[in-house]
Formats: sequence, C-alpha cells, structure tokens
Amino acid sequence: MFNFIYNIPILSIVIFLPLIGAFTIFLLPNKNNSNLVKITALFFSFLTFIFSILIWINFDNNISEYQFVEKIKWFGNFNFYYHIGIDGISLFLVLLSTFLTPICVLASWNNIKVKIKEYMIAFLILETLIIGMFLCIDLLLFYIFFESVLIPMFLIIGIWGGSNRVYASFKFFLYTLLGSVLMLLAVIYIYQQSGTMDIRELQNHNFTDNSEYWLWLAFFASFAVKIPMWPFHTWLPDAHVEAPTAGSVILAGILLKMGGYGFIRFSLGIFPVASNFFSTYVIILSIIAIIYTSFVALAQKDIKKLIAYSSVAHMGIVTIGIFIFNQQGIEGAMIQMISHGIVSAALFLSVGVLYDRMHTREISFYGGIVKNMPKYAVFFMIFTLSSIGLPGTSGFIGEFLTILGAYKFNILVSIFAATGIILGAMYMLYLYKRIFFGKITNSKLEIITDLNFRETIILAPIIILIFWIGLYPNSFLDPMHAPLENIITNYENKIIS
Amino acid sequence: MIYLIVFLPLLGFLFSSIIGNKLNNKFSQYITSGFLILSAFFSWIIFYKFLINKENIDLIMINWINSGDFKVDWAIRIDALSIIMLMVVSNISALIHIYSIGYMSKDPSIPRFMGYLSLFTFFMLALVTSNNLLQLFFGWEGVGLASYLLIGFWHHKETANNAAIKAFIVNRIGDFSFVIGIVGIYFIFGTLEFDEIFNQVDLYKESQFNFVGIEISTLNFLCTLLFIGAMGKSAQIGLHVWLPDAMEGPTPVSALIHAATMVTAGVFMVARMSPLFISANTASNIIILIGALTAIFAALIALTQNDIKKVIAYSTCSQLGYMFVAAGVGAYNAAIFHLTTHAFFKALLFLSAGSVIHALGNEQNMQKMGGLAKKIPITASMMWIGSLAIIGFPFLSGYYSKESIIESAYFANTSFGNLAYYVGIITSGLTAFYSWRLIFLTFYGKNRSEQDLFNKAHESPLVMIFPLILLSFGSIFVGVVCYDLFIGNNSINFWGNSIIVIEKYSNHMPFTQLLLGKLFISIGIILATVFYFYRNDLPKKLSTKYNYLYNILINKFYFDFIYNKIFVISSHNLGKLLWKQGDEKTIDGFGPDGLSKVIDKLSLIAGRFQTGYLYHYAFVMLIGLVGFLTWYLYV
Repeated sequence: MFNFIYNIPILSIVIFLPLIGAFTIFLLPNKNNSNLVKITALFFSFLTFIFSILIWINFDNNISEYQFVEKIKWFGNFNFYYHIGIDGISLFLVLLSTFLTPICVLASWNNIKVKIKEYMIAFLILETLIIGMFLCIDLLLFYIFFESVLIPMFLIIGIWGGSNRVYASFKFFLYTLLGSVLMLLAVIYIYQQSGTMDIRELQNHNFTDNSEYWLWLAFFASFAVKIPMWPFHTWLPDAHVEAPTAGSVILAGILLKMGGYGFIRFSLGIFPVASNFFSTYVIILSIIAIIYTSFVALAQKDIKKLIAYSSVAHMGIVTIGIFIFNQQGIEGAMIQMISHGIVSAALFLSVGVLYDRMHTREISFYGGIVKNMPKYAVFFMIFTLSSIGLPGTSGFIGEFLTILGAYKFNILVSIFAATGIILGAMYMLYLYKRIFFGKITNSKLEIITDLNFRETIILAPIIILIFWIGLYPNSFLDPMHAPLENIITNYENKIIS
Repeated sequence: MIYLIVFLPLLGFLFSSIIGNKLNNKFSQYITSGFLILSAFFSWIIFYKFLINKENIDLIMINWINSGDFKVDWAIRIDALSIIMLMVVSNISALIHIYSIGYMSKDPSIPRFMGYLSLFTFFMLALVTSNNLLQLFFGWEGVGLASYLLIGFWHHKETANNAAIKAFIVNRIGDFSFVIGIVGIYFIFGTLEFDEIFNQVDLYKESQFNFVGIEISTLNFLCTLLFIGAMGKSAQIGLHVWLPDAMEGPTPVSALIHAATMVTAGVFMVARMSPLFISANTASNIIILIGALTAIFAALIALTQNDIKKVIAYSTCSQLGYMFVAAGVGAYNAAIFHLTTHAFFKALLFLSAGSVIHALGNEQNMQKMGGLAKKIPITASMMWIGSLAIIGFPFLSGYYSKESIIESAYFANTSFGNLAYYVGIITSGLTAFYSWRLIFLTFYGKNRSEQDLFNKAHESPLVMIFPLILLSFGSIFVGVVCYDLFIGNNSINFWGNSIIVIEKYSNHMPFTQLLLGKLFISIGIILATVFYFYRNDLPKKLSTKYNYLYNILINKFYFDFIYNKIFVISSHNLGKLLWKQGDEKTIDGFGPDGLSKVIDKLSLIAGRFQTGYLYHYAFVMLIGLVGFLTWYLYV
C-alpha cells in the first residue's frame, strides 16, 4: 500500500515537514492571526503524522536493519554523513512524537495567550529535532539533534511556564548540561578511536575494556539525566510543574524516552561489555527509583508533581527492562516507554483540563468533581488504570514483560520490580479519590464543566491506543523483534568473547 | 455460542454505559439483565452438551502477547471445572441483575450500576474460561477493578471510597505475589498454558532452586506464591481486611461479588492448578492451615458484629476457609462443590439481608431491628432456608458439601488434616450460633427500630422476591442434585482431567465423629436461642463480664488498627520524609541548588541569559557548533 513512499525521501520529509511548518508560521503576518497560526501548526503536525503512519504501513517487520535509509555526505573529507534510517526500535518512538505533537498543538489552543506564534514555532522545531534524533544513524548527527532538543524545551518552560519557571528551567539546564559535556567528549573520542560515526559499524567495533567503561559512563550521564534515573531526577518534577500543559506532554511523552532510546541503541548496542559490567548498579538505582519515588508521589500535594514522580517510577521499570539483557525485558521496556508516553501525556493533558478551568493544581482544592464532570472522570479513570498496569491496558504489557524478563535475570530483581504493582495503585487511586470522589466542598467547583469537544478529541485517540496496546500488543511488538534480537545477539557474542 | 456467553455481558456493559445515560433507566436494566439471562441460558445449553459429550473445548481466539520465546493467547476453554463456574456465575449474576432492578430502583445512576455488574460478570467469565494463567490474571484483575468500582459506587460517601481503595490495594498485595508466581511458572515450565504446564509437572516434582542462599522446592515456592494471590482475592486471614469493609457497596454487589463469585476465584484458581498443588506438600499444608485459621477466626468475629451485612461477610470469609481446607487436603472436587452450594445460599442470605435493609429504609444495624418476621414473612423464610443451608442442615445443599469437606479432612490422616477437622466442626457450631443470632435479632423479639419505620416496613416487590425464591430452590436442591456428579460415584468420570480427583474413601466416618459434628451445630443453635430469644439480657451481661474477650472480637482482633498504624500512616510519613529530606535537602542540596549557590555570584550574567529571544539561543547554539567543528577540524 502507498508504495510511492519508496520513491521519495520519506524520512527527510517526516523530519523537515514540521520545520517547514515553523518557517511558514514565521512568514505569516504578525497581527491578529492567532487562529491562522494555530491552524497552520496543526496542519503541518498532522501531515507529519500521516506520513509517519505511511512509514508504519510499509514497514517490513522481518528486517533487523535500518529501512528507508538516506545517506548524504556532509562536507570535507570527514566521515560525517547526513545518514538516517528507521528500524523497529525507533519506529514507534517516531510515531509517538508525530502523534503527540498535533495533540500538543490542540491542547495549547486556548491557554497560550502570549507569543502564540513563537510558541508554535518552538513546538514545530522541537518536533523536527526529536524525530531527527530518533532517525539518525550517524553518531555526530545524533549528538547534535539530541542536544538541540533541549533548546526549544528550555524556551518553552522558560517563557511560557509558571511563576517559578526560571528556577525550573535552570535546574533542567544544569542537569542536562552535565550530561551533554561528557557525552560530547565521548563522541569525539569514539571518532578518534574508530574513525567512523556510523552506529552500525560502531556496534562491531571493539573498544578496549577501560575506554569502553569510561565511554559508557559518559553516555550514561547524559541518558540517566534524561530518562531520569534516581538520583538525577529532581529536575523533572520542577520542570513539569512550571511547564505549560503541552510542554509537560512532550517532556513526559517523548523527552524522557530519549534516555531509554539512548540506553538501548548506544549503551547496549555499542558498549555491551560495559553495560554488562555496570548493569547491577543500574538495576539497583532503578529499584530505588521505583520504591523511593512511589512513596514520594504518595506525599505530593500538586497533581503534576505526583504524576512527575510516578514517571520516574515507571522509568525505573524501563531501565530494569533494558539492563537485564533479554528479549522480554527490552521489549517490555520499549512497550513501557510507548505506554508511558501516551498515558503520562494523557494524564498531563487531563491536569491541563482542570488547570484551564480552575487555575490551580493543588489536590486539596478539588474533590467530588465526578458529579459535574462524569465524562472526564471516566477518561481519567482509564488513564489511571493504565498507569497502574491493569491487564488489558497498555501499562500492563510493559510491566509484565519486564517482570518476566527480570525473573530470568534474577528472581530478586523481579520481586522488587513487581512492588510497583502495589505502590502504583496506592498513589494513583489515592489521587483519584481526592480529586473525583467525595462531596463537593469547594464552592468554586460547583460550576466546573465537563470536557468540551476539543478536549474529547484530544483524549479519545489515546484511550483507543491504551486498549489497543493492552489487548493486542503484537502490532507494536512485531517490528521490534528483529532489531532487538540483533542487539541481544551482539551483546551475547561480545560477552562470551 | 460460547463466545456469546462470555461477551454478552461485555456488550451489556458497553450499551449501558455508553448510551444508557441518554435513554431512560429501563433500557439499561432490560438490556443488561436480558443479555445476562441469554448468557445464562446458553451456559445451560453448553452444560447439557457437555454432560452428553464429555468433550473439552479449547478455542484459541487470537494471539495476545508474543515476545521472544514468550507466547500467550486469548482463548476460551470449556471443561468440567469451567462449565461449573460458568453455570454458577452466569446464573447467579442473571438473578442478581434482576434483583437489582428492584433494589436500585430509586438510585440516580442506574445505568452505571447495571453496567458495572455486567462488566464484572464479563471479567469473571473471562477468568473462569481462561486456558492460561495470564488471561486468568486478566480476569482476576478485572474483577478486582469491578469490585473497586462497585464498592465505591456511592462515591459521595467517604467510607465507601476508602473501602474501595482498601479492597483494591489489599488485593494488589496478593496480586504482587501472584504475578511473581506466574512469571516463575513461565520460567520453569516455559509456558503459561494449563495443559502444557500440567504435562510437565512430574519433571519438576523434586526440583529445587536457590533463593537468597536457601535451597527450596520449586513447586512449593511457586504454589505458595499463587496461594498468596488467592488469599487476597478470597479474603483469607491477613489479607481479609478488605472484605468486611467492602459491604459499603450496594447489597446486590455484596451478594454477587463479595459472596457468590469473585471471592471464590481464589478457590477456583487453586482447583484449576490442582495438578501443581497436589505435588506441593508444604504449600498444601499452608493452605490447610490458613483455611482452617480463617474459618474459625472469621466465625468468631461474626459472633459479635451488629451490622447484618458484616455478619454475612465474615461468614463468607469463614466458608471460604472451609473451601481452602478442602483444597489443601486434596479434595478439590469437595472445594468446588462447596463453592457451588455456597454461591447459592450465600447469595440468598445477602439478598434476603438486602430485602430487610430495603424494608427498613437502609437500616443495617441488627440492634435496631427485631420482630420483622410478621412484616416481611417471605424474606424471613428465605433467610431461614439460607441459614439452614449454611449450617449444613441435613439434605439441604450445605449439608452435602460441608460434610464432604469435613470428611475429607478427617480422612486426610495428617496432622494438618486433623487440625482442620476439629477446627471445622467447632466452626460449624459457631456458624450455627451467628446464623441464628442474626435470625433472632432481625426477625423475632420486640421491634427496636423507630416505630413508624417499622410500621412502614413492607415486603419487597416481586422483581426482588422472584430471584430469592429461585435461589432458595438452589440452596435446597443443588446439593442433592449435584452430589453424584461432584463427589459421588460419577465424579471421576465427570471431572475428567480438569481437576485432580482422589478416589473416594470406601469407609465412612465413625458414628461418634458424625455425632460430634451435629452436636456442635445443635449447641450453636440452642445457645443462640437462649441468648437472643429467651434471655435477651444475657449477651449484655456476658460482654461486660468478659469485657477483655469481647473487645478483641468486636475490634476484629485489631487487624485494621494495626494495619493502619503500620502501613497506611507510615507509608505517608515515609513519602513525606523521602520527599523533604531525600529529594529537597539531600539531592537538590548537594546537586543543582548547591551548584547554583556557587553560581549565584554570576547570577547577573545568568539573568541575562534568560532573555527569551529565540535568536539569542540559536546564536549561542550556532557558536557552540562552529566552535566544536573548528576545534575538531584542527585536532
């Protein structure tokens, strides 16, 4: 179907369409055209989504190699290429990005009052950078995209954020800066050692043990901050609280996944020996993350902060899944990333719904709103259930596969990973109860209105996805099998030798 | 047709919840009840076919998860065990749907209620017809969700919300263990499909593995994990705390979910996995012990409770204990037999209690009832039948099933079996006592409710009475009708390979032992009659005299109190501690905040960075990139 996409540089189109959109918006006249700006942004982001769906339709599940590869030499005599391709690992992360961006545009329809033009430009550039980052086969290109993503994100928090946005964006910047510097050094070192920036060639390159350990640590610093792992997580709650709704959606939905993607593609793919060496520490940190942040989430008073902490706990499952080195674990981690990408996005969007109406995220402000917002209550309940991993929803598949893989690795790891089953239910149901149930005691809530049409069409597709992944995850698992098998085989070969 | 049995309730739920609100309440009531009746009707047909053909059916619908060597399907499996469960669930659920039409007629959110009931039924049917552990877990968690939603159905009530959360979380503690058990079974057997697991059991009978330095038997370990899951769902001692609180839900819910069906899922699961459990001796002994303990412990608490529903709730705990005793001694067919008869008479008891509550305008405290037999004679007689069945009055349902459990405990001839046997007959005395206490307090003696409430008390409408009458037939006859199939001479033939059936013992229990059991029951009834019919002052005197003992019972052995202190409060405190001291003081203090204090001196420059102009940032980025490349080109 739609074979024509083989004849066009489809990946470049997906990467640069949003940028073209941003440029178009930039050219629009400045006065009184906020609707035109929004519609243009929506148009381009939606078009990008359509194109990315075409990629999925034509994707060959049996190939472990990159598909739709494009390669253009950059400049000079250096081995730097504009080299992009897609495989089963990046496919769904790209789809996640193209899926969430139009949702973000829609979610910002009414609540961004100032500099709407710049805001939309920032979002579309952000989309280009994120997609580019997932599609790179060239390490240097990856690094550039990876770091550039921070800039629009930093701006979105810093300009359109809440009252304490400066502190939050700075914390965000400080943490990520540390990782970036180290990673940059590592990238340079790798080029000097191997003479190539091609990820596939690097997979087969043998680094000396010592250098591999240092390189692994340098990459780890960057990814661990992004995903984020305990104890590098404290920027996340602040960033979420200050970011506008759509900013939170991108942050939780996609930016955190950059860390997980990096772990799979680079830590595991390029440095398997070091990954094996450090795996125990990573797993211990992940277990701490799951238990620690779950309890912290229980004590939160701000809805966004609670969800932010729950993200850290969920990402703990992801890092466990990745560093147990078996098919179920990594596929579980991937599904968990996709699931968390849509569910946390949905939760932040839902918080936005409340915030737009009442301008507060204080949990104690709410209570009993199920009476006035029955539809919203149902939606939020479904997101909650997926977040706590109820079988039949997307959250379960990732969590279960990870626990299954962990049992193969070490039974204790699987026991600790499974504590999330209890803890997650505790803080999420407690949150749900405090917002929705009980009698309305706050008189301001008497007039709160249910979801409007725009909000419904934003959230409804996410619900479909939640059940799709939960009931028939094979659509998502099948493309992953081959490339992940490849990574695991490579890992096993290198560990043995 | 098999698909319809399972999916009709789901359709009912979808219809009722999506378009039910827009149409009138009648639509939801009729569509959900109608679908359930159809589903029940079809399960009769399947049952009939099964009796003739004795054919197991395995329908693979679609592959569910496929990852590496892990593979699991959505499937429907029909064998003797699942067909019995299908019959119990669909029929009782249909009756309770009908009853709810009357009971909930004045509630403002009828479509939601009917929808949830159907949703529950769907999950329960998916649970019992599963052919693998993961789909069973899907149903398992699904019924937990439905239970959560229905306990908290009246969500304006704080107590109902807390009870709902408690139910979900206590169940999740069991599920935590259950999941690890499932994963462990996959690890050992390489599959989650029942038949494939059972085929390999013999290979692993003696296998051991190292767990934190200790060699333990694999099968015992896995079975214990699974059983902890069952403890959560079936409210066994330690994880029982949610069940009494679950009575916050509307009464039909208590009857369907928290008595007849969902709480028996644990027993069902143990029976389903019987080829595994039968080879796991230690785990089986744990089951006997927990079952026996729960049976007597819950019965003791039931002696002093004043809430009519809570008495029946504790009685449910206690009866589930009996079922586990049976499963523990290897009499899985007796366990399922008691499960089946219990489903009928417990549903009957609950719905009768509901009828009482309905008559008295939502009064649940038995101390404020009394003398109602004259006002609501049909309900009273239903309660009589239910109570006679539960104590095992000869030739009613409970008689056959409870006898068979006590008998199999007696013949197990192990120390655990003997313990369970004596606990069993003592408990049956306690059961008789609290059942008659309930009857006397509610229906006889002087009226203690407000006089005009009493005067207005009236028999429930036909739509509620009709299910009661059908259930009372079940409570009377199911035992005698099914005896032969379940535990009689036909049983081995009937169960086939669905559960392990041990050959029946040829000899009977000695006469003295039989008499002992009857003696305890009689004493129970006589004492209750004396205490609550002839000498109404006695209970008060006793409770003051043995104040200490009475307090333990009325406070339910302080389980809730201790759990609340240890777990609920401390976890909130721990959360606060980790947040304030851990995140804010330690990590931030040494991390970004500490750093930024150093940078504070440069804050002026930092401030300038925050211009917010895109081109500033783009410019900085560009400089960085150029700098990097320049540096790179010359190195």
